[in-house]
Amino acid sequence: MFRKILIANRGEIAVRVIRACREMGIASVAVYSDVDRASLHVRKADEAYHIGAAAAAESYLNIGKILAIARRSGAHAIHPGYGFLSENAKFAQACADAGIKFIGPSTAAMEMMGSKTRARRAMEKAGVPFVPGSLRGLQSRAEAEKVAEEIGYPVMLKAAAGGGGKGMRLVSGSEELKSALVAAQSEAQRSFGDAEVYLEKAITNPRHIEVQVLADEHGNTVYLGERECSIQRRHQKVLEEAPSPIVDPEMRQRLGEVAVRVTKAAGYANAGTVEFLVDDKKNFYFLEMNTRLQVEHPVTELVTGLDLVHLQIRIAAGEKLPFTQQDIRLRGHAMECRIYAEDPDNNYFPSPGKITLLLAPSGPGIRRDSGMYEGWNVPVDYDPLLAKLIGYGEDREQAISRLVRALNEYFVGGIKTNISLFQRILEDKDFRSGSFDTGYLDCLLRSRTKHAKNEQADIAALAAALFAVLDGYAAGNQGGSLNGASPLAGESSGWKKAARTDALR
Amino acid sequence: MTYEVLIDGKPYRLELQRAGKNSERWQCRLNGRELPVDAVLARADVISILIEGKAFEVKRERIGSDLHLWVGSERYAAVLRDPRSFRSRRQAADAEGGPKQLVAPMPGKVVRVLVNEHDAVEAGQGVVVVEAMKMQNEIKSPKQGTIQKLAVTQGAAVNAGDVLAIVE
Repeated sequence: MFRKILIANRGEIAVRVIRACREMGIASVAVYSDVDRASLHVRKADEAYHIGAAAAAESYLNIGKILAIARRSGAHAIHPGYGFLSENAKFAQACADAGIKFIGPSTAAMEMMGSKTRARRAMEKAGVPFVPGSLRGLQSRAEAEKVAEEIGYPVMLKAAAGGGGKGMRLVSGSEELKSALVAAQSEAQRSFGDAEVYLEKAITNPRHIEVQVLADEHGNTVYLGERECSIQRRHQKVLEEAPSPIVDPEMRQRLGEVAVRVTKAAGYANAGTVEFLVDDKKNFYFLEMNTRLQVEHPVTELVTGLDLVHLQIRIAAGEKLPFTQQDIRLRGHAMECRIYAEDPDNNYFPSPGKITLLLAPSGPGIRRDSGMYEGWNVPVDYDPLLAKLIGYGEDREQAISRLVRALNEYFVGGIKTNISLFQRILEDKDFRSGSFDTGYLDCLLRSRTKHAKNEQADIAALAAALFAVLDGYAAGNQGGSLNGASPLAGESSGWKKAARTDALR
Repeated sequence: MTYEVLIDGKPYRLELQRAGKNSERWQCRLNGRELPVDAVLARADVISILIEGKAFEVKRERIGSDLHLWVGSERYAAVLRDPRSFRSRRQAADAEGGPKQLVAPMPGKVVRVLVNEHDAVEAGQGVVVVEAMKMQNEIKSPKQGTIQKLAVTQGAAVNAGDVLAIVE
């Protein structure tokens, strides 16, 4: 087993991996950029080293610097988390060249899955079901038109190197194809440095369901059930659950067996996720394989009772899977809310800043994977994911009621978060009944019925005055005390007053 | 003690009198209505209130110069005035007219300045574009008027609450 692991990431996932290391008696090494010195992962790790400026390219994406720290600290392995370098085959290769174990699949498997067109050719050979479309990148507009006519509109243009919804264009008729092609190619070039795009038949209102797989380096592969990930905003997942409300044991087995075929065809080892689109007749089509630990892995952990990060580390250390497919039992229901620093009243715009007050939920059936703490300044430079709140129960209904209860206990002051969005989703009738698809959330947000405030404004007024007398802070708009009776009365400093007067001149 | 409180713009008048030395109970009049209140500051920014056995937990949030109170999961904008204070009178006057500050709602970078000093602007017209976490946010004028002062230039880094411009 490794004695020391470097975590090439930040935020909640770095904390998650550090915790697994601690549990396994492995020393952990954190890396941090200029703006992350005070971040939680640095506080939790056994060792921490500065790697550069705030911009990810200078720090968390800088292969040379990360490997230099790994060598300097004597780390035997690197866990990449998700995002950043986690699906970068060059990084995996550079680790191998440096004699450091990359906790993830082989470079070859990553390269194959990293190109959607290559993955598609290999998977079709393995008999994996696909959405009809072009097998290779489109060479010309004429070819695009021909393929689109063959498979029938509407079609979806996608970046071969893409992910996360970038470089995707829905084309409903031939007259839109030309401009969509140009736009998708330039977006693909900008986002991924590769302009290659391909065409697929658009499945209208699909569900997005994925299967967690686990493979050791000795040829043993298992699937750990599915996750329902259809609750998305702008193609980004917001809420995930396991199991899916529409998958029965028979469909689960078919999905799982296809996922295992995909994994084996790619020569894949370690934890991975096979994503499927599911149409309204429950036909499923292979979408892509994510060659990393997913953000939403905790819902699978709760329903299987397994620790995926422990298993990732043990697999990377060369151990065999300690169980077979027959040993996997799913129990209960789990659901995850991704808590983002976003402003629900301003179109979910990012809302970085200082967390002035943090009240965190706990209690039965609640798991919280968090990268924030009270007093921490959420930097502007990275993804706004703050924490994940996961509810578990004996069935879907209980998991939901526990989450609703925990969301009411959750309070993050000083910045805006999307906590209220989950209260809205979890109380929605269609969500409760399990009838939704990937268009659900955008639709819910458009139907924005401003919900009536339950009238507690008088309690708020009372509290404002009580706060003022109890702690002397009577401030309204000027940030200082307005209360003549309070110990903080009056201007705190002359220069502040001068600056203010100056600003108003 | 007497306070005037604006909650979401609606005025409330509160008179508070401690029921006894070091007591947690208060004799309170809310808009003239008698209310027996029991209040404990549970920790900074969190207050527990009991009114005839009914329990409320209220959280206070201060961002820049804004004050908000959360009752359960409802958020209320609050402005508190002590009627005796000179500054609240001045503030009350400010609320009606006078120069208005445009402040950065979050830390970020100024990517565009859409107006020049002394330009006439309409209420709701974009003045400055601030980028944070790769998203752009247009800061709009709160009123019709002229740009009296532009406090930032393109490329400037700003913190939440920083003054960007003043509209007169």
